[in-house]
Amino acid sequence: MSTIPIPTLPVGKRISRWFGRNIIRIYAVVGFTYLFIPVIYTIAFSFNNSEKSNLVWRGFTWSNWANPCGAPDVCNALGNSLKIGVLATFVATVLGTLIAFAIGRHAFRGRSTTNLLIFLPMATPEVVLGSSLLAMFLTFHINPGFWPTVAAHVMFCISFVVVTVKARIASLDPRLEQAAMDLYANERETFRRVTLPLVMPGIAGAALLAFSLSFDDFIITNFNSGTMNTFPKFVWVSAARGIPAQANVIGSSMFLIALFVVVAGQLVNRKKAR
Amino acid sequence: MADASSSSHGDLKLTRVTKSFGDFTAVDDLTLTIPEGSFFALLGPSGCGKTTTLRMIAGLEEPTVGSIYIGETDITTKKPYQRPVNTVFQNYALFPHLSIYENVAFGLRRRGVKDVKEQVEKVLKLVELPHLAERKPTQLSGGQQQRIALARAIVNRPALLLLDEPLGALDLKLRRQMQIELKWIQTEVGLTFVHVTHDQEEAMTMADTIAVMNEGRIEQMGSPAELYESPETAFVANFLGQSNLIRGEVVSSDSDQSVVEVHGQKVAVLKSRNRATGKSILVGIRPEKIRISLPDDPRNGNVLTGGIVSDVSFVGVSTQYVVEMPWKQDLMVFEQNDGGTPTLRPGDPVSLSWNPPFTFGLDGSEDVNAGSEVDEPA
Repeated sequence: MSTIPIPTLPVGKRISRWFGRNIIRIYAVVGFTYLFIPVIYTIAFSFNNSEKSNLVWRGFTWSNWANPCGAPDVCNALGNSLKIGVLATFVATVLGTLIAFAIGRHAFRGRSTTNLLIFLPMATPEVVLGSSLLAMFLTFHINPGFWPTVAAHVMFCISFVVVTVKARIASLDPRLEQAAMDLYANERETFRRVTLPLVMPGIAGAALLAFSLSFDDFIITNFNSGTMNTFPKFVWVSAARGIPAQANVIGSSMFLIALFVVVAGQLVNRKKAR
Repeated sequence: MADASSSSHGDLKLTRVTKSFGDFTAVDDLTLTIPEGSFFALLGPSGCGKTTTLRMIAGLEEPTVGSIYIGETDITTKKPYQRPVNTVFQNYALFPHLSIYENVAFGLRRRGVKDVKEQVEKVLKLVELPHLAERKPTQLSGGQQQRIALARAIVNRPALLLLDEPLGALDLKLRRQMQIELKWIQTEVGLTFVHVTHDQEEAMTMADTIAVMNEGRIEQMGSPAELYESPETAFVANFLGQSNLIRGEVVSSDSDQSVVEVHGQKVAVLKSRNRATGKSILVGIRPEKIRISLPDDPRNGNVLTGGIVSDVSFVGVSTQYVVEMPWKQDLMVFEQNDGGTPTLRPGDPVSLSWNPPFTFGLDGSEDVNAGSEVDEPA
């Protein structure tokens, strides 16, 4: 049998076709590289055998990871940040969820005004919020420190919680609650057994968001924390004379914990759906 | 089965119930008794007030005026969870976060019933889905979800089961199958079913009694056959199946029947089937009752001559003709394909005839097209 010659495309066309087929993959690789270079850099330098400054690579070591509290005050600052984060998240999530239900479920006078006012803290520059809060605390003779910082964090976290939870409530089919009432569940049981479990993913998401906002906050905290140190403040202050590698260890740990939470959540959901 | 809600069994009575939303009256002075143990259908086009009526019975809306009783118990203002009433919702409203088993057990657990497991298993067997107990609602097909929604309601053995367009989301074949199954389950469990639908065929197939609703009122109530054979209003005549309604004047009457002149021709209407109070009358005849014939053929009974076939459609069991009459009205005629009638073509001149007792008379003040141009949602 004679072979039929397969028509071939010119080289230029073949290359452009290859690009056409793979452009999204190339774009994805470039995009993710850009996003993750700082993270990879942070993790890599947590293994740097640094002495004072962690700016140049001096060789690999486990010692930073073995002794994360090695740098002076780093773990005290971290402890404060975690405490503030947990407290602010808890209070903001509870209050924000209640507000979200009020706005999302009930018609009352001033609902649209409330809705608007809830958005304002998100739109206000943090510098303005931070300095105004400090002025207010001083006016009321409250010294900056741990509790004023918690109060300030609750204040700016609430808006984000309300927005997140409200979106979840809006997507809830009201017939599910009617079905629960129809099946002999009173208002309280309907809330506990149907409404709350269905809104829970929204509340959990809001809490995670609130925690990361609080943990990460520098500007408002810097105004209102007085002499108390937090992790972002610690990094900011030490930046002037060289950030210790322990800061990278803590930063990397936070990243890995967040990654673990997300992946674990996905796995649990996938298992539940099966 | 043990029953916590059996304290108030009996007929459902709605007395002078009105429900207004602002200026809009959804249900207008409705009085209705649904006997215990019956399969009752509320039939009407969308926006006729049938769903609002159902929601008031379920307790999801409160009547503006009027009262609702089950047996001797006044449930007008009771909360949904205080009523011995359960609902199969339009899109089933299964709880997505609970397993099928927990969905079905939900009502039993809230009422503190002892043998939850036994009862759930029994009802899942009744709807023939015991193997799906551990699944989540999203993993079920539409038909399966429909049955679980039904199981979740009937496991509570309510005095009244409400079905809100329960088969609307299913395809035609499955809908037919579920119609038969629902009817069978109703007979099996012996509960009162109140079924809301816009689908006249669905209502006719399942219900013992149908109430046809229009604009917040009941137009007519009766068995499917009564409604079909003796509609009392033009709306019912057109909404349930198809009707030919022809305007006429009563010219003479004796003890049994009236003679009506329609566009120069005379037809007879039995007095017992005539709803017209004055001289002006709408003469009604169902399309399948009419015989179509060539003008020269012998005919008897009521005869209308001078028709011209304007459209012929062959639908298997029958052939449907549209015949244009001399007064420019199109009449529908369905002929069985039993070889008894000649094949006709558009343009053929024909006469129409039927047995006088099939004729029904409606009041001449009625709108000939009422109920026929209603858009039925899919």
